[in-house]
Amino acid sequence: MNFDFSDDQKQLRDQARKFLTEKCSPKAVRVVLDGKAPYDKELWKGLAEMGFLGVAIPEEFGGAGAGHLELCVIAEEMGRANAPVPFSSTVYLAAEALLIAGSDAQRKKWLPAIASGEAIGTLALFEGKGNPSPKNVKLTAANGVLNGVKKPVADGAIADFAVVAARNGSSGRDSDISLFLVDLKAGGVEVKSLTNLDPTRGQAEITFEDTKAEPLGAAGEGWSILTQVLDRAAVLCAFEQVGGSDRALEMGRDYALDRIAFGRQIGSFQAVKHMLADMYVSATLARSNSYYGAWALSTNAAELPEAAAAARISATQAFQHCAKNNIQVHGGMGFTWEFDCHMYYRRANAMALGLGSLSYWEDQLIDRMRKKNAA
Amino acid sequence: MNFDDTTQEAAFRETARKWIDANAPRELHAELSKSSLGRIRLAQHDIVDVGKAWQKKKAEGGWACLHWPKEYGGRGATPIERVIWQQEEGVYGKLTQPFQIGEGMCGPTVMAFGSEDAKRRYLPKLASGEEIWCQLFSEPSAGSDVAGLRTRAEKKGDNWIVNGQKIWTSGAHYSDYGLLIARTDPNVPKHKGLTMFFLDMKSEGVEVRPIKQANGMQEFNEVYFTDVVIPDSQRLGAVGEGWSVSLTTLMNERMSIGSRLATGVPEMFEFCSNLMLEDGLAIDDPAVRSKLASWAAKSNGLKYTSYRTISALSKGERPGPENSIGKLVSGMMLQDIATYAMDLQGAAGVLTGSDEETVQGQFQQMLLSSPSMRIAGGTDEILRNIIAERVLGLPGDIRVDKDVPYNKIPTKGR
Repeated sequence: MNFDFSDDQKQLRDQARKFLTEKCSPKAVRVVLDGKAPYDKELWKGLAEMGFLGVAIPEEFGGAGAGHLELCVIAEEMGRANAPVPFSSTVYLAAEALLIAGSDAQRKKWLPAIASGEAIGTLALFEGKGNPSPKNVKLTAANGVLNGVKKPVADGAIADFAVVAARNGSSGRDSDISLFLVDLKAGGVEVKSLTNLDPTRGQAEITFEDTKAEPLGAAGEGWSILTQVLDRAAVLCAFEQVGGSDRALEMGRDYALDRIAFGRQIGSFQAVKHMLADMYVSATLARSNSYYGAWALSTNAAELPEAAAAARISATQAFQHCAKNNIQVHGGMGFTWEFDCHMYYRRANAMALGLGSLSYWEDQLIDRMRKKNAA
Repeated sequence: MNFDDTTQEAAFRETARKWIDANAPRELHAELSKSSLGRIRLAQHDIVDVGKAWQKKKAEGGWACLHWPKEYGGRGATPIERVIWQQEEGVYGKLTQPFQIGEGMCGPTVMAFGSEDAKRRYLPKLASGEEIWCQLFSEPSAGSDVAGLRTRAEKKGDNWIVNGQKIWTSGAHYSDYGLLIARTDPNVPKHKGLTMFFLDMKSEGVEVRPIKQANGMQEFNEVYFTDVVIPDSQRLGAVGEGWSVSLTTLMNERMSIGSRLATGVPEMFEFCSNLMLEDGLAIDDPAVRSKLASWAAKSNGLKYTSYRTISALSKGERPGPENSIGKLVSGMMLQDIATYAMDLQGAAGVLTGSDEETVQGQFQQMLLSSPSMRIAGGTDEILRNIIAERVLGLPGDIRVDKDVPYNKIPTKGR
């Protein structure tokens, strides 16, 4: 059994950490947090130059052709650094949708542009309240044009193109849903930025009015493709969440060692120690579940749906838990804008919703376990 | 990343599997498979008898304590081979229950601190199950603070005379030998006045009394010592060094991989899949699904955490600290699951009978037993201290009794 990343993959992780420590300091994150830039363009360029944006994109489409395990270790570092760039929208969602369902021409057009940092992509799925479900897709597709409103769309205001879920039937079946590719810079859409919990990753509303769109994948296959995209993204996001959990735990631990109260390090009080120990437990469970997800993703195993849901649940819970208690360990200082704790708190709680809420994924896990037990 | 054996590991697994196929007590397979949550129920047999028979067979085939050196009754196997053996032994591993303390804690301590004569005399018989060992550490006034123990050992010529009381001793009633830590000097701070011994449990002055537990069962004992004579040749480590010797014992306890820890999740999943509520099956209820999914994710997390440890062993590396979370997570989970399973049964959840509706009362039993999971082998609080101090590097507690002579430490709260 070798349930671990290889030495090369660990080296890549070190390389990514070094790069991000240098180029993505909390000070750099704050430029976006404070609304002075929609995302960190310099960092995005740097990530492209390092080959991180296209790490899992095949060489023939301009990527490094490494694989998903390599993408997982980079994702972990992106989460640890709280990177204010559209990485998850572009790489986990848009690129994966193209890899799963894109035509050769579509891949040739967009994947090299993603790898080089020229194109930002996203997935336009949600339409207001609600979790991923065919029923919640109201935007219509007919005669090659789309009509409807998507929100929230992660990184929608800075995206060059979007994968859009649309309805072209009303049978009540999953086959009513198809996917489309829309060049957002070609006109025909109205994009509005929305305020949100985590300003380091923007959210937008996109209105489609007779917007030209080309099909992505076969008609009626939209929901099945989306399910696969969401599962892959769940694993990759789980690694970001694991990275964020670890960082929040470290921040709490470091503060508990530095801060003196009642004449001693606060980390010597059991109330504080036990809180930190529990954070370690959550983070460890999340890491192990995510490793299993990484294995399933990288081997395209039949276990992926179950593994992805478990990783998603575990990592969401861990990041929320660690980010929340990191503030608690810091006490009043943790509640200031000046301290970085709230950046992770914001990110943790925004990420908990991005691909569908915790309860949605809990529901998915049970369905998938039942399916497996029945088989 | 893969779950495959190396060529060597696959060959070892094949050898082990073949031997088990040819030798395991298949007539017990069904009953052992049904024994869940750490409770072994055998209708016709005593676990010690059938356990001894299996252990003896294993010893003859070279499969007992296989990670020990050959000269002491083992096979000289690597840590990963031990794990592979445990996987292949499967349900028959439950038969090793009476020997786990000896194999996991007493044996390694004798191996580290015993004389060559003692090792050759005692270890092979421990490995083969011919002699069972128990561990005599905890006392009524020394649980988590085990160094606060009071049992006295006083030197008299070449012997030590022991007086005092131990508690929570699993298997004391069928054990042949015991690993005993006692206070040999009350005039120095508590950690400095302890010494480790082993003794014949049939010695005069040893009295074993079963404890009736909160769940109504009797699995542990109290052991009383009245002028028990232990020869100095049965001392392990130097006089006054008992604490550091005990750390070897406890470290070995934590080195074992918690892959056999019950979480209650498979039982709960099955229960919810079959339980009819007013509006349909429990597993279709959103509240039930939410809890069940969280527990399943935790339980999977534990499983894959142990896989990470196994991978480190397979590469010949020392495992990281991640496996220290096992008991902490599973103990709490068992208790929560039991409580919720009963909640789903409504008023009938109070019944502990063996009718179908309450699933043979298994969750009620789990509820009553689960507090011990959170205490035995290190309380949840001690485990959190260990994680905080040894893994996260947080400072140890301020110990007000650290530099005080043992006999000056207060013994009553009020």
